[in-house]
Amino acid sequence: MHVTYRNKTWEFDETMFVQQLLKRLDLLPESVLVVRNGTLVTEDQRLLPEDEVKIVAVVSGG
Amino acid sequence: MRCRKCGASAVFNMRHHKLALCATHYPEWFVRQTSRAIDKYKMFTPDEHILVAVSGGKDSLALWDVLLQLGYHADGLYIDLGIHGDRNYSAHSREKALTFAEGHPEARLVIVDIPERYGESIAEVAQRKRGGERPCSVCGLVKRHEMNRIALEGGYDVLATGHNLDDEAAVLFGNVLHWQSGYLVRQGPVLPADGEGLARKVKPFCRFYERETAAYTLIQGIDYIYEECPFAEGATSLKHKAILTQMDHDAPGTKLHFYLNFLRAKEEGLFCELEEDRALLHPCESCGQPTTAPHLCAFCRLWRAHDAH
Repeated sequence: MHVTYRNKTWEFDETMFVQQLLKRLDLLPESVLVVRNGTLVTEDQRLLPEDEVKIVAVVSGG
Repeated sequence: MRCRKCGASAVFNMRHHKLALCATHYPEWFVRQTSRAIDKYKMFTPDEHILVAVSGGKDSLALWDVLLQLGYHADGLYIDLGIHGDRNYSAHSREKALTFAEGHPEARLVIVDIPERYGESIAEVAQRKRGGERPCSVCGLVKRHEMNRIALEGGYDVLATGHNLDDEAAVLFGNVLHWQSGYLVRQGPVLPADGEGLARKVKPFCRFYERETAAYTLIQGIDYIYEECPFAEGATSLKHKAILTQMDHDAPGTKLHFYLNFLRAKEEGLFCELEEDRALLHPCESCGQPTTAPHLCAFCRLWRAHDAH
């Protein structure tokens, strides 16, 4: 699976849940949204090796 | 996870509300909650004209979208601050605001170009006045002045901003850390108009988590600027947001309770304005906007120095 977050990319070959992916990238679920193949998904969703995953940071302001 | 309304696959889960919803029911819930907040805090009526401060970011575009959906007469105001950075931040965010406006011909977008109107960008004026210090305070001053100016000149009844719960909780956290009693008294979903020339300001999204407004814009397909302002990096408010988000992760709802219980305590009279905090306002000799300074307001002093050079 191809994962992008803040101009960084990762490749993962295995199936995993959204929650596991966020844990692996050390991200709090409350600070991001996960979009799988163009659709927003909840943390209990399974991500497959062929999925295109975009993690969107939700924090803004200064 | 299933949508509580229809049982379809949920796309968004809010642990603090114990509520998961699908792509159809989440936007409906979001619009309804906004409407409730507007009514609860008596922000404005259907007859009033609203000016929405639009930055090109998710919160302000979502707010403009929801207000139009609810049938309000809401125009947008975009302030081009002349911020460039690696990704030409202002040009990019302006484009997002323009694209949204093009899709909503029923509304008007007012654009104020700061470098064009006043001769300098935010970074330039901050460099000249404060020697290259982070320009955020200058930026805040300029935006507040220009938002108020356009609201008054355009005959708008109210100025609406897209501040969300994370913004409000972070400001509250900072104000409590420093016991800024004057700021605490004035923080809230509505800042009433002042007969002396200050427009009413409202924050209809103050009860939404930042993640909720982001989810709304994504589901609705609203194109917004993802990048942060290049000057925001390392800002204290972002550090406060991170602390509060960690607390909310450990105990869902912490942010919401922190803010709502503050509003309740305020309503019950926990904070009251001291006589010495009640600033005496009078019109600025140059622009006419209210100021506590003897002659020129802080905004006019910024550019007056520039004119003299």
